Order: sequence, then C-alpha cells, then structure tokens
Amino acid sequence: MIPSTSSAFIALIKRDLMLSYRHRNELLNPLLFFVIVVTLFPLGTSPEKQLLQTMAPGVIWVAALLAAMLSLDSLFKSDYEDGTLEQMMLSHHSNAVLVLAKIISHWLVTGVPIILMAPLLGLFMFMPIEGIKTLMLTLLLGTPILSLVGAIGMGLTLGLNRGGMLLSLLVLPLYIPVLIFSANAVDASLAGMDIKGQLYFLGALLVLSITLAPIATATALKISVE
Amino acid sequence: MKLPAIVHKYSSPKNFYTMSGKMVPWFAWGFGLTLVFGLYYGFFIAPTDYQQGESYRIMFVHVPAAWMSMFIYMVMAVSGAVGLIWRIKTADLMASASAPIGAAFTFIALVTGSLWGKPMWGTYWVWDARLTSELILLFLYLGFIALQASIEDPRNAARAGAILAIVGVVNIPIIHYSVEWWSTLHQGATVSKMDKPSIHIDMLIPLLVMAVSFKLYYATSVLMRARGEILLREQNSRWVKEIVENEGKALVGGAK
Repeated sequence: MIPSTSSAFIALIKRDLMLSYRHRNELLNPLLFFVIVVTLFPLGTSPEKQLLQTMAPGVIWVAALLAAMLSLDSLFKSDYEDGTLEQMMLSHHSNAVLVLAKIISHWLVTGVPIILMAPLLGLFMFMPIEGIKTLMLTLLLGTPILSLVGAIGMGLTLGLNRGGMLLSLLVLPLYIPVLIFSANAVDASLAGMDIKGQLYFLGALLVLSITLAPIATATALKISVE
Repeated sequence: MKLPAIVHKYSSPKNFYTMSGKMVPWFAWGFGLTLVFGLYYGFFIAPTDYQQGESYRIMFVHVPAAWMSMFIYMVMAVSGAVGLIWRIKTADLMASASAPIGAAFTFIALVTGSLWGKPMWGTYWVWDARLTSELILLFLYLGFIALQASIEDPRNAARAGAILAIVGVVNIPIIHYSVEWWSTLHQGATVSKMDKPSIHIDMLIPLLVMAVSFKLYYATSVLMRARGEILLREQNSRWVKEIVENEGKALVGGAK
C-alpha cells in the first residue's frame, strides 16, 4: 500500500526531529553565534544604556537574521550527501510538501531556540519587558519566513563547493523586508505605539512564503540533485 | 501549454544568430542617433530648473538608467521563466546575457544618483528609499551573476538563475515598498522636492529620448553578448564551423 502524502509529511517531520535530536550539539552553534554577535555590539560601541536601547531591536534582529542564515546549512546538506534527498525527489509525493515538512522541522529546532534565547539578549541590551514581548512575537512570525526563503537559496547552492558565501549573497537581500518590519515593530512598541500594521505585514509575508517558497525550493532542489 | 512550432523554429540558436546579426546594426545606429540627440537636447535646449539650477541635467542619464535597471531585471526573469518552462536555449542565453548589463545600469543609476545628491542634499549618500532599493537591486543582480558563475554546467546554471530571478521578481515590489515605508518613517520630506508634480515638455522630450536610447543600447549589447555565447556553446555544430570558415576566408581574402 502506498502511504498518503499527509502521513509521509508527518513521518518526515518526525524523522528530521529525531535526527536533530541525535545530533543535538550541532544545534547549539547557530544559537551561540546569535548570542556572541549581540555581545559584540556593546563591546564595539559602548555599554551606555541609552545607546544600546536605541540599537537593540536592529542589532538583535540582524543577529537573528545571520544566525538563521547560518543554520540553513543543516537543512538539506546531510540528506543530499547520503542520497536521501534524491530518493525523496523521486518519490510520488509532491516534492513541495516534503520540502515544507523539512523546513518546518528545521524551524522547530533552529528557529524556536532563537525565539527562546531572545529575552536574554533583550536584557543584555536593556530592553524593557514590553519590547521583549514584541521582539519574541516578531521573531515568532519572522523566523519561519527566514527558514522558508532561505530554503530556496539553500536549494540553489546545495551542490556547489563554496556555497556558503554565495548563499548569504542570495538570501540576505531577500530578508530585508522581514528585518524592516520586525525591527520597526519592536521600535514602535518601545515608543508605546500600535504595532498591528507591522505584524499584519509579517503575517502576510509568512503566508506568501509558505505558499510559494516550498515550490521554488523543490524546483531548485531538482536542479541540484540531477 | 504548448508553444506554436514557429516560436521554436525562430528561437533555435542558428536562426537566432542570423536574425540577430541583421538586427544589431539597426539597434546600434538607433542608439547612437538617439544618444546624440537626447544628450544635446537635454544639455543645451532643455530649460534650467528654477529650483535645482543646472545640476538637474544629470537626470537625463540617471532616470533612464534607473528605469533600465528595473526593466532588465523583468526581462531577465521573464526570459528565465520561458527558458525554464519551455526549455528554449536562447531564452536562457538572453537571461544570462542581460544580467551584467542590468547590473551596470543599476551601478550607473547609483553613481549618478549620489552625484546628484551632493548638490541637492549636501552629501553623496542618503538612505533615501529609491537609492536604497537600487542598492538592493544591485545586490540581487550580483547574486544572480555569482550564482550562474559558480555552476559549471550551463543548463543547470541557466535553470538555477531563472528560479532566482523569478524569486527576485516576486520580492522586488515587497522590498521596494518596505524600504519606502521604512524611509518615510525615518526621515522628513527632504526627498519630496525631487517629486515633481509636472515636468516641462522640453525636459520630458530628452528624458524619453534618452530612455529609448538606453533601451536600444541594451538591445544591441544583449544581442551581441548572446551571439558570442551561442558561437561558444554551439562550437561543435556544423553551421558554426561554416561561419567560422567563411569569415576566416573573408578575412584572409580581405588581407590580400
């Protein structure tokens, strides 16, 4: 009997979560990177509270952006190297659905820790509680977009020798809208303003990227696998 | 959806090569004439701006270059998509031949924009919405070029580039409007003096002529690049060998 696509979807998520649990120390690296980058800013500028507070939303979000981009490396790489990815592409299930499953499980193990780590960094940067709440909310809406859009870039650069630098060149310009709306939402909430507009934009971007990014990624992967 | 056979017939590398060879001189002459006319009109006939003085005249290069930078990205994405869907080789070639030209126009728009900014804003660079989106567009072009350069197989490079260009086209309006929104939040109306509600007809004519001129330059240059690439890729086919032999003979004959 051929399993249905939805059961394949769930099985793939379970498998990927299990695999990342077995290699859980690898997951720490992007997270440490996130913390270290934010720590560099007070050292590079000044520990002055006023200055750090104004910079905080931008700095934390840029660091999250870079951490999310670096974590993409683990998205398809091992499956590509041992041939699993090729088998997935050959299966009769929709490739886009399988790709979405991989992105979701990847976000669960890389995006969610970033969200959970954010309050600590908010404290480092003297952010008030209200700002930290908004920061986590924007990260909750924003990091899945980063994973989805980044997956396209990863799919395109998968088979290349020096894909890492190229990936940043491809992906970072596409991250700009997320950065703008998120950092601005945190800024606005610190000023006590309404942030519904920014959150709606992020939500719209999320919906758009969930619908289109898996298709583009699946097409890109097909080229890389061939 | 199937394309009519005639499209495939005329888009075959050989036909494309012969047809484009006939078109290139026309485009090149058109470019030269419109360029001379447009620059002369823009620099000597168009009236001095009451607010910006003579410095506004850089607009006749800046604005068409900025238009071209976006136009070429669209061409790149559309021809990339055509190449991806219908597997038309020449469409792939057009996409990859367009990228460096588009990047160059984007660069020109940025440089002229910043030169224009010096007398207008007092600095060479401001984080103005349009300058910033041009800069991001330049990054998108450079990403496309870098991606194609790092994939060795030309067919895979073309397909990967096409996907990136399509993703870019979906993103460009989002990036553009988010940057616009960001910039209105962060600065006042310093930029709005650039927004003219209406433009003098003697300024509009050279502007449009220059836009046509740049389009013709693009057509000339993209076809020449694509023709060179076709010869390189089809070097083992008979018609290319014939061309090379004939032109070689003509050269030797001319030398005698």
